[in-house]
Amino acid sequence: MSDYQTHEHDVLVIGAGGAGLRAAIEASAAGVSVGLICKSLLGKAHTVMAEGGVAAAMANVDDRDSWKVHFSDTMRGGQYLNNWVMAEIHAKEAPDRVRELEKWGALFDRTKDGRILQRNFGGHRYPRLAHVGDRTGLEMIRTLQDYGIHQGITVYMEHTTTALLKDGERVVGAFGYDRERGRFRVFKSNAVVLATGGIGRAYKITSNSWEYTGDGQALAYYAGADLMDMEFIQFHPTGMVWPPSVRGILVTEGVRGEGGRLLNNKGERFMFNDIPDLYKNQVAKDAEEGWRYVEGDKNANRPPELLTRDHVARCINREVKAGRGSPHGGVFLDIAWIKEKVSNAPERIKKKLPSMYHQFKELAGVDITSEPMEVGPTTHYVMGGVRVDGVTQMSSVPGLFAAGEVAAGLHGANRLGGNSLSDLLVFGKRAGEHAAEFAKKYEAGTIDNAQIDVAAKKALSPFDRPTGENPYVVQHSLQEMMQDKVGIVRTEADMAAALDGLSALKKRAAAAGIDGNREYNPGWHTALDLDNLLVVSEAATRSALDRQESRGGHFREDYQEKQKDFSQHNTVIRRGPDGGMQLRREAIPPLRDDLKQVIEENK
Amino acid sequence: MSTSGNTSPSSGTQRAMFRVWKGQGEQVSFKDYHTDVTGGMVVLDAIHQIQAETEPTLACRWNCKAGKCGSCSAEINGKPRLMCMTRLDTLDLSMPVIVEPMKSFPHVKDLVTDVSWNYEVKKRIKPFKPRKPDAPDGTWRMEQSDVDRVQEFRKCIECFLCQNVCHVLRDHHKHDEFAGPRHFVYTAALEMHPLDTEDRLGHLKDEEGLGYCNITKCCTKVCPEHITITDNAIIPLKERVVDEFYDPLTKLFKMFRPAKSG
Ligand code: SF4
Ligand code: SF4
Ligand code: FES
Repeated sequence: MSDYQTHEHDVLVIGAGGAGLRAAIEASAAGVSVGLICKSLLGKAHTVMAEGGVAAAMANVDDRDSWKVHFSDTMRGGQYLNNWVMAEIHAKEAPDRVRELEKWGALFDRTKDGRILQRNFGGHRYPRLAHVGDRTGLEMIRTLQDYGIHQGITVYMEHTTTALLKDGERVVGAFGYDRERGRFRVFKSNAVVLATGGIGRAYKITSNSWEYTGDGQALAYYAGADLMDMEFIQFHPTGMVWPPSVRGILVTEGVRGEGGRLLNNKGERFMFNDIPDLYKNQVAKDAEEGWRYVEGDKNANRPPELLTRDHVARCINREVKAGRGSPHGGVFLDIAWIKEKVSNAPERIKKKLPSMYHQFKELAGVDITSEPMEVGPTTHYVMGGVRVDGVTQMSSVPGLFAAGEVAAGLHGANRLGGNSLSDLLVFGKRAGEHAAEFAKKYEAGTIDNAQIDVAAKKALSPFDRPTGENPYVVQHSLQEMMQDKVGIVRTEADMAAALDGLSALKKRAAAAGIDGNREYNPGWHTALDLDNLLVVSEAATRSALDRQESRGGHFREDYQEKQKDFSQHNTVIRRGPDGGMQLRREAIPPLRDDLKQVIEENK
Repeated sequence: MSTSGNTSPSSGTQRAMFRVWKGQGEQVSFKDYHTDVTGGMVVLDAIHQIQAETEPTLACRWNCKAGKCGSCSAEINGKPRLMCMTRLDTLDLSMPVIVEPMKSFPHVKDLVTDVSWNYEVKKRIKPFKPRKPDAPDGTWRMEQSDVDRVQEFRKCIECFLCQNVCHVLRDHHKHDEFAGPRHFVYTAALEMHPLDTEDRLGHLKDEEGLGYCNITKCCTKVCPEHITITDNAIIPLKERVVDEFYDPLTKLFKMFRPAKSG
């Protein structure tokens, strides 16, 4: 028998970024007892990094905006592979979720008449992102945190979950350990909400922190749930490229929203050279029109820098490959040029983009009010994840819910900027609500000690191999390989090689070891994360191999166009009875007629 | 910090030594590590490199690597700083770089301390309580200038570096009676929130121990978010407390005044 402490809650939320906090708040409001597990300290989750804003069709700045336009933009961005039930709910409910934040103390920037100000962002037809300078994520997480701590939620800081516990088909709890002392914990709960975020650490260049090792996706996978759309990974076009230690750190799209232009080493504004058909009618003809758009002229179209992220990332990639890149392998992002247009440019830049100013000044020694930044693509977000019901957020396993980045569906093949903050509010709330409902409806399940023993043994296994390979080294090899073979531009041969590479890495991970004790031992934590990273990497690779076309975040050099044959299904991954990964194509339910019409009207 | 150009990182590699506080409980001491560093690296990179090369068990906290989450607080060559924002090319690498955990909180292991006290203190501060929505659509109207006034305080990333340097906590260990500069910033953010109607002045005086602060400004000096903690948060709060509790005129006036309005 393993030694562990037990905690009981009606609803257990794993992950305390925006989605997890919002879910916990909602479940608690429904009158059930809630446990909230964070891998870090409370308030440190990756949501703090979100800069641009939260998308919600409040129409405060442009009264032509409505849920219908937001819905259509989201579907177009997702190349129509979205779970349209979610896209509809999201567009309709986001405004209320934002106003609710204000009720809880968030302070957004204001319009002249005192309402919440909204800004332009890639792929959104009208100014739609509620924001606070460029630190919207911090404002959101702090608001949820400061409100949440008074809602009777039990918070477990610095805890890692390594397995979900099941009673028959149902999930009835979770197993994990506290990072500080390494003691095992068993959480008994009627419903579990996964809100663990993304998988960025599977890649070498990423905007994600150490936490984003695909824990939730892997936990769900091992519990028998479906993963969906794992081939769709968003490479954000603008990460820092220099100095090497900050490579990958995000440069907000807000820079482009405020007029920032992308230039190659010839000084060309190359984004004007390649505008996809789907967006032909919505892009500025020239720099002049683009600037008018930035300045709020309703008759002007957006500059091409504000096209969807996948497109911008590929254009940058192409410039660099063609030898037109910046000295450190990126391109130039220039906001300083707006001094040609406005007299108070430096003040304006510092006011609108304070964290960017700070970040470049302190980390790269670049003053963005007078010189261009060097930027290049960085692994940012996974559109795929746990397949959920659009209304309740329940996965294919009863009692297991997922919300935020760990869940799939809303974003389809590509996510628009600003839609993740609204995603986590809208679906965090729904997951919390329905998890609480589920918890009330069913009797408590039984915890199976055998499962606990298996989980405990697995968790301790890296200590059995004190002379095994350093887990950091294995992690680095995995990141290099995924970056190289399943990155922005993919081919059949590369991905086949990646699958071989993954088998070899699995063996290395199984032989990796660690010495020392269980107390705050990052080597141990890294060794345990490896398994999750391998699951999500394999799921991404297999899904990407199967999709023989290019769409959204998934670009195949050997199939550069969108294919009709691939436009009607999602790729779904499940753990087979033999423990191997099984893939199937799942048809997308036909779009409701009224929604079809909405899309037609907003073409 | 100087202007652009001359602070651009150089690309040369050099061997550097890091003297890191290592261990837990009674078994703690400095341990030296050598690693190669290049231009533009920050202290956190060096710690990560040491983990990957020689000491996988070396414990530290971090998340964002961009000065936004406030996880990686430590004392570098005796100065409280964020490891992710401290560039090695601003340090003298001919000497060992000394990296220690924050001193005002119980030590856990290596560079990690137990900061949970901060979370408890915050929980005791009365939360935001908005006035009734007064716009026809059931929300509020606010001026940008009113919002701007509090934004400075809302930038706080909860790194607790200010708590770490404040002598009331560091030297006098008044953790039971004194909330510390971070929580004065938090209280100021609430008190100056354009919609808030709660009254925290009594709490501020009696529970948060605002009176212990003697305006040394050490907190302001270390704040990585450049929040003017003392001048903009603490002093105005002190003035409000004085007005509320010690000024006879205000007291008299209060009798005829309805509850605090936004
Ligand atoms: S100014 Fe006050 S709060 Fe800040 S360090 Fe000095 S005594 Fe502490
Ligand atoms: S006020 Fe400044 S120093 Fe203090 S916790 Fe906040 S960010 Fe850190
Ligand atoms: S890692 Fe986030 S502030 Fe240093």
